[in-house]
Amino acid sequence: MRFLLDPEQRAFADSLNAMLTAADTPSAVRSWSRGEHARGRALWRRVAGAGVFALAVPEAYEGLGLRPIELAVAFVELGRHAVPGPLVETVAAAALLTEPGLAKRLLPALASGEALATAAPAGSYALDGDVATTRLSWDGDGLRLAPGPDGPVRASLDPARRLTRLLPGGELLTAEPPLAHALTWARLATAAQALGVGLALLDRTVEYVGQRTQFGVPIGSFQAVKHQLADAKIALEFARPLVLGAALTMTEADVAAAKVTACEAAYRTARTALQLHGAIGYTAEYDLSLWLTKARALRGTWGGPGECRAAVLDGLSGGARRS
Amino acid sequence: MDLDFTPGQEAFRAEARAWLRAHVPASPLPSLETEEGFAAHRVWEAQLAADRWSVVSWPEEYGGRGVDLVRWLVFEEEYYAAGAPGRVGQNGINLLAPTLFDHGTREQRARVLPEMATGEVVWAQAWSEPEAGSDLASLTSRAVRTDGGWLLSGQKTWSSRAAFADRAFGLFRSEPDTPRPQQGLTYLMFDLRAPGVTVRPIGRLDGRPAFAELFLDEVFVPDEDVIGEPGQGWRVAMSTAGNERGLTLRSPGRFLAAADRLLNLWREQGSSEALRDRVADAVIGARAYQLFTYANASRFLDGESIGPESSLNKVFWSEYDIALHETALELLGEDGELADTDWAEGYVFSLAGPIYAGTNEIQRDIIAERLLGLPKGRR
Repeated sequence: MRFLLDPEQRAFADSLNAMLTAADTPSAVRSWSRGEHARGRALWRRVAGAGVFALAVPEAYEGLGLRPIELAVAFVELGRHAVPGPLVETVAAAALLTEPGLAKRLLPALASGEALATAAPAGSYALDGDVATTRLSWDGDGLRLAPGPDGPVRASLDPARRLTRLLPGGELLTAEPPLAHALTWARLATAAQALGVGLALLDRTVEYVGQRTQFGVPIGSFQAVKHQLADAKIALEFARPLVLGAALTMTEADVAAAKVTACEAAYRTARTALQLHGAIGYTAEYDLSLWLTKARALRGTWGGPGECRAAVLDGLSGGARRS
Repeated sequence: MDLDFTPGQEAFRAEARAWLRAHVPASPLPSLETEEGFAAHRVWEAQLAADRWSVVSWPEEYGGRGVDLVRWLVFEEEYYAAGAPGRVGQNGINLLAPTLFDHGTREQRARVLPEMATGEVVWAQAWSEPEAGSDLASLTSRAVRTDGGWLLSGQKTWSSRAAFADRAFGLFRSEPDTPRPQQGLTYLMFDLRAPGVTVRPIGRLDGRPAFAELFLDEVFVPDEDVIGEPGQGWRVAMSTAGNERGLTLRSPGRFLAAADRLLNLWREQGSSEALRDRVADAVIGARAYQLFTYANASRFLDGESIGPESSLNKVFWSEYDIALHETALELLGEDGELADTDWAEGYVFSLAGPIYAGTNEIQRDIIAERLLGLPKGRR
């Protein structure tokens, strides 16, 4: 038992963090929100170039093998930098395409970043269906390659998340897609992304309250302010081991526990961040909004809090496991 | 990174499990906050010690098995999963013993630790004073030099286990006029039955004497019961407060077992839809605490120290413990009001968590200032 990231895993996180810091992600997020995808696509290629999507693709299909821990580590950084696009959905799509014929045909482009995928049950909103080049949906017959987006893009509470429905029909890829397996991968990636969002919100708020003065002193010296941030720190620090632990076991219950806990911690941190920033935090033009709105959106996607808590209890047959 | 236990660790788990299965009392012992229960728990400690299960992480010469933190965590998981009794010796084992390992003399360790391990001597902690709670440095009880030792005078309060315990340890002011309140303190062990000691038990919320006031009137303590250098008591006490204690004060095993019991209760009571989310949160919280502790244990075994991070633990488990027990009491319906159940006893115990060992307000200040780097300010 050695429950700590290895030096290579930490170095991978650090290099992604450095790359994304240099990439000016906030302006890429803002143009993506306007439906201008060029900068976001360029960012996507860099993320893919770092091997992020290849972590959900077996080596036989030009991936790096299924490596959920490294994927989780990467998604924390993607969340920390509010990277836009169907990141989780591309991972979910990779996890849906396990049948060898489909894998050979579609996975290499996902691993390399050439393709963006979205994935949703028929009739549900699919993220970025207008820009995704591989659109997967599933209905009673099985998994289909949707022919295109259906109707206009709907705005999300997070402006960077662009919601569409997918056109019904399309090529039937397989009658029995591994839906539970794909949901597990999607929830793990979402949990890690939410953790990164929460960490960014905490960092920015700590910095702000150290600078902003009222009554002649930094507001960060007030106990009422400190205690809110301490609570956010506790929530995030206890979500982190659940995310990494879930990446190790990949059981439905562990991943659902990580998803609900990381998303609730991020959301709680978002509320704290907004409160402590005051009115400036309540504006779209201030960059904090990029993380504030994402924390709320991630909470509901790929299984909301109630659904995940139910999955935790369903996954425990004979009492809670001890090790 | 892995969560796999080695074959040796698994064998240790199996050995502990088998021993516990054979020895854990079939019916619960009386509350350890009663005279009768205290005695029964002492017998249990002796039984543990007879087969070297009372202090598994200590060196063998003092009655332990010399196992590392991972095996200690494994033992704790098995211990609580087996429904074994609460540990009456925990003040000594968790608070005094680590200090003796770091700062005690060889003679002190040889004299104090074996009888602590067997429960023959049960220790009470004597930190707080009427005017010194979380602000421990403001304490005023005195240690005055005398021939061959010290004379202790003053008042200690909220002294856990002191109603029935044998000895106590705490800090005393040995130099009255120092520039900073943390200076001039001496760490001493003393006998609760020595001349000059008056113990006044205090009933906690349920009336049971879980702690006591100690009145000290020129109580003689020989030099060999000073831990570390006289005047350096603060440094001695603090050096062991954050580090391993952050891992061992409350083990995840206890909460994993409690969450398990809660889950069973929930199922027995018809899997209430209304309380489903809170039961799930209890299960998730125990797992989070287990994994958080595994990460800290891994860091510790890598040679890293764990300082202010232990404040994260303290706030987490103390609030978790209350939430878990409140959920249990709600599940019990009208029986949740009854005082003589294990859940009620656990609930009353949990209510103290955010208050002792440094209040949660102080812990949050530590997190904000020392982990997040926020400016110090008026409290």
